[in-house]
Amino acid sequence: MRIYATLVYLFLYLPIGIIALFSFSAGRSASQMQGVSVVWYGKALSNPFVIDALKTSASVALTSAVLASVFGTMAALALTGMKGRLRVLFDAMVYIAIMIPGIVIGIATLIALVTVFDSVNPWLEPLTGYRLSMGFASLTAAHVLFTMSLVIVIVRARIEAMDRSLIEASSDLGASPLATFWQVTLPLLFPAILAGFLLAFTFSFDDFIIAFFVAGSETTLPIYIFSSIRRGVTPEINAIGTMVMATSLLLLVLAQTMLRRAGTSKQ
Amino acid sequence: MTAPTRGEDESQAPVIAEFVDTTKRFGDIVAAERLNLQIRRGEFLSFLGPSGCGKTTALRMLAGLETPTEGRILIDGQDMGDAPAHRRPVNMVFQQYALFPHMTVAENVGYGLRQRRPRMDRAEIARRVDRALETVRLSDFGPRRIWQMSGGQQQRVALARAIVNEPKVLLLDEPMAALDAKLRGEMQMELLSLQRVLGITFILVTHDQQEALSMSDRICLMGQGRIVQIGTPRDLYDRPANRYAAGFVGSANMLDATVQSTADGQARVALADGSSVTVFSAGDRAAGDRVAIAVRPEALRLSVSDSVDAGATGFAATITHKTFLGEHIECLLHHPVLGQLQVNVPRQAERSLPGADVGRTVHVLWDHGSGLILGQD
Ligand SMILES: Nc1ncnc2c1ncn2[C@@H]1O[C@H](COP(=O)(O)OP(=O)(O)O)[C@@H](O)[C@H]1O
Ligand SMILES: [Mg+2]
Repeated sequence: MRIYATLVYLFLYLPIGIIALFSFSAGRSASQMQGVSVVWYGKALSNPFVIDALKTSASVALTSAVLASVFGTMAALALTGMKGRLRVLFDAMVYIAIMIPGIVIGIATLIALVTVFDSVNPWLEPLTGYRLSMGFASLTAAHVLFTMSLVIVIVRARIEAMDRSLIEASSDLGASPLATFWQVTLPLLFPAILAGFLLAFTFSFDDFIIAFFVAGSETTLPIYIFSSIRRGVTPEINAIGTMVMATSLLLLVLAQTMLRRAGTSKQ
Repeated sequence: MTAPTRGEDESQAPVIAEFVDTTKRFGDIVAAERLNLQIRRGEFLSFLGPSGCGKTTALRMLAGLETPTEGRILIDGQDMGDAPAHRRPVNMVFQQYALFPHMTVAENVGYGLRQRRPRMDRAEIARRVDRALETVRLSDFGPRRIWQMSGGQQQRVALARAIVNEPKVLLLDEPMAALDAKLRGEMQMELLSLQRVLGITFILVTHDQQEALSMSDRICLMGQGRIVQIGTPRDLYDRPANRYAAGFVGSANMLDATVQSTADGQARVALADGSSVTVFSAGDRAAGDRVAIAVRPEALRLSVSDSVDAGATGFAATITHKTFLGEHIECLLHHPVLGQLQVNVPRQAERSLPGADVGRTVHVLWDHGSGLILGQD
């Protein structure tokens, strides 16, 4: 049993470990270890295309994570006040949104946006000179669509676990509903919201499939990696991949810590 | 604030809160039915009753956390109508304390003051918080986190958080339920002295009759959503209104009897075995009425000799159980006609009862004037 488990983990993590290992190679081959150095990290970080892609990825991830956190929290609060069949329906839709494969979200968003753009542009362009097209906004919107559901699920769990009498106590002590929200509800939900934010950021930062469909002329880091692989894999790709992975891991660990703290803080 | 001291005629104190035909329904469940009750300024009133009888619902309607389905709630003469909880001049100590986990002890206590509009001066808030913490003997605990406090300390933080606002009425929902017996006793004393010092009206919800008897100026006994009896602890104990009241507050022997004659608040009644006793009678009774009689276990005496002193009725019964309870011995006896009887024998009286062991037949003595006729349920 232990050997079996070990093998599974090896199978899962060995390729990733190898990429990280080879990123420190000094040679030109991406699949051979030739000496130890960080030259490829230097190369990657001085490559203007990489930096551009990194900036795009980071700003899409940040924007979509902020929007997902705000809207997700609002939706979670609204769902809590809901009862009966309507609530079951909305709950189901939230979970479905999480389970739908990225490629379906990508294609669906693409088709929907293209349809909208095609019907809006003919009269928008002559009026304003602008035309809507795929890019930063469409990519951010598609990511929010997915990551908002993550935030809803996490924040909802926290709301359910929250002691309702805290809200009542606040009201009893003279706080209006709005004051109660700012002083009690939001601070108590904050760790969960932050965890949701970090997960949303990580998802958006890592995403390739959805971005591939709706990014338009924007190049995110995963898209850059994908396109440069077609020109041949260098240890530079390994270095970028390792950096993306490290960032994601760090954020996930942070999110986990946040959730654990939210769970153990005394009611 | 001037409060009437105990022993003064509190019926002179003005009404501070009032239920007028107040009913609360949750769907088909009637949690509280046509409550009518006036609470006077400065008094300590308890809602007493078993779990689920509507005590919390009554309290929450006062706090504004529950809206009456019918009837009204008045606080200090003002109809509260639909006024939300945050606009009512009352504060509540919640059963599980409901302290804010993300604030320190001092921040918790100052919460109510920080909500005041126009804003209260920060120095003034700090001063009042300090004073409130001092009142509950937690002076140095202000900077602590809630989870660093023990259950008893949290209880006192909750108390300080409520009294710092100087509410017109302080509502307490089973505040001692989560404490262990020793701490509960101490807290009861503390709560009482606090109420005397502050002069604030206290309304306590409890299912513990001992707690209600020892702390309250008046008790509002509830059963199945209704008020069964309102009165001082002595009223409830000595003059229970019906079987339910007699059984819930203290314990009582309940016997069927027939009225023989009545005279100025007393009645001579015949018990099922033919012996007759004089009992207290509140209502109008005529000779021949069939009534229920209640007599407290400590009002009965045991005797091993056959001589019955004048002024008492006696009947023979067999001891079936004896339980040593420290200050008294609880004896259960069986009488062939009257059924089971409970007699509490004080420790000193035990010495004059040589050989009164289980299985022995002894005399149960009922002094004239002990016991009373119960009203209809
Ligand atoms: N929010 C509610 N929804 C439905 N039923 C309730 C609610 N609150 C109380 N009840 C019901 O009302 C009755 C009285 O409850 P409560 O006032 O809490 O009793 P107590 O405090 O005396 O134990 C119970 O039958 C309880 O189940
Ligand atoms: Mg209750």
